[in-house]
Amino acid sequence: MSAISPATGAFGKRERAALLDPILTNNPIGVQVLGICSALAVTTRIDKALVMGAGVILVTMLANLAVSLVRNHTPGSIRIIVQLAIIASLVIVFDQVLKATLYELSLELSVFVGLIITNCIVMGRAEGYAMSNPPGLSLLDGLGNGLGYALVLFLVAFFRELFGAGKVLGFVVLPLAKDGGWYVPNGLMLLAPSGLLLIAGLIWLLRTLKPELQEKD
Amino acid sequence: MSRLDSPRYTFIFATVMCVVCAALVSVAAVSLAPRQKANARLYMEKNVLVAAGLVAPGQNVGLGDVERVFQSDIKVRLVDFATGKLVPEGERNARDYDQRAARSDPAASREAPANDAGIKRVANRGVVYFVMKDGKVDQMVISVEGLGMWGTIYGFLALDKDAVTVRGITYYDHRETPGLGGEIGNPAWQAMWKGRRGYDDRGNARITVIKGQAGPPETDPLSVDGLSGATITSNAVTRLMRFWLSEDGYGRFLNRFRERKEVL
Repeated sequence: MSAISPATGAFGKRERAALLDPILTNNPIGVQVLGICSALAVTTRIDKALVMGAGVILVTMLANLAVSLVRNHTPGSIRIIVQLAIIASLVIVFDQVLKATLYELSLELSVFVGLIITNCIVMGRAEGYAMSNPPGLSLLDGLGNGLGYALVLFLVAFFRELFGAGKVLGFVVLPLAKDGGWYVPNGLMLLAPSGLLLIAGLIWLLRTLKPELQEKD
Repeated sequence: MSRLDSPRYTFIFATVMCVVCAALVSVAAVSLAPRQKANARLYMEKNVLVAAGLVAPGQNVGLGDVERVFQSDIKVRLVDFATGKLVPEGERNARDYDQRAARSDPAASREAPANDAGIKRVANRGVVYFVMKDGKVDQMVISVEGLGMWGTIYGFLALDKDAVTVRGITYYDHRETPGLGGEIGNPAWQAMWKGRRGYDDRGNARITVIKGQAGPPETDPLSVDGLSGATITSNAVTRLMRFWLSEDGYGRFLNRFRERKEVL
């Protein structure tokens, strides 16, 4: 890990915090309530959520790295648009790679890959963290936030696919009544509102387990 | 004023940034284009096979599998919509014909006759995939499209050699509401089309996606179960199917094929 943190030459406390904090204690969706739109749209199936999660992980990581690398040379007056250009380029590249490799999945994700550009998490980390921290730390912070986002997406998609379609990653777990099984699927799970309900449930759970997250008033 | 804030530096920085980003995006787009094109074609041809029942909907098939089936069992030919005649073989490679691209090419398409399927232009020629069995035509897969709720629905319709009975359908590209109209992509619903008849006894394209449940194909051959909560999509499917089965679409050719005026 010395390559990541040349300043201290070790994977120290700051590095660990940058990587691990956003996964649970400062989760971008669960605590900061950012990036909700895509979390509603692409969580009907686990495979979609995983690919979307991978996209956000890669984009936040690389965007944070790039923004941090040029942070001392970026004029303050155009810093936001510079971040946006970097993020947009990375997202387009990811979209192109997806179309060249996982074509059918890319059709289903359709506009939502492109919309990673407007995902508040990516922009928020670039402006809020990478602009004021060295590249190694920024990379870890991007990875952590991407993982935190992907984790919530995975959890939401797991419940939606399980109860909405009786499947986990496409494998039948609860045989559907219409196919001769016993489970009558909950159609609400396949619609966007269920994503909202599940995310709200997760936020509630997180705040109950960690009372320090609750606001004073 | 620091160095970073001078207009000259800002301008240079912005330019360099743009060039670097543009280069990155261009390299990715250009270098991946051949694979994306191959994927798009594979996906389309796979859906021809799905409509014909040669490939299961969820089955993971590679380029090689599709290629093998196309080489051994599929004959691709073009139909002139106006005359209903098959375009002579060898005039051009029918498999490379792109009906979607032809539709927007003024030289290869015409304005669509008045219709309720939301079709504005029709290519002059349509593609027909003949599925062969023991050297004879077993099924014909034709390409259908029309306006749905949120965008154009693209699909394939497989007809039996009698040019009336439906063998299968797929809708492989659409923008319908997931969970409602999007159910046209559901293999379970698509399977309900099997055995229905595209035409009534007088030869009119009468197949209909009805409200509610249709009877079994033997007693209720002109109806298909409707999709609940998706009336607009259901109607759109009825209209586009009828359009492509009518004389404005593949109707003339299918008629000639039935009368054995068109043989392979």
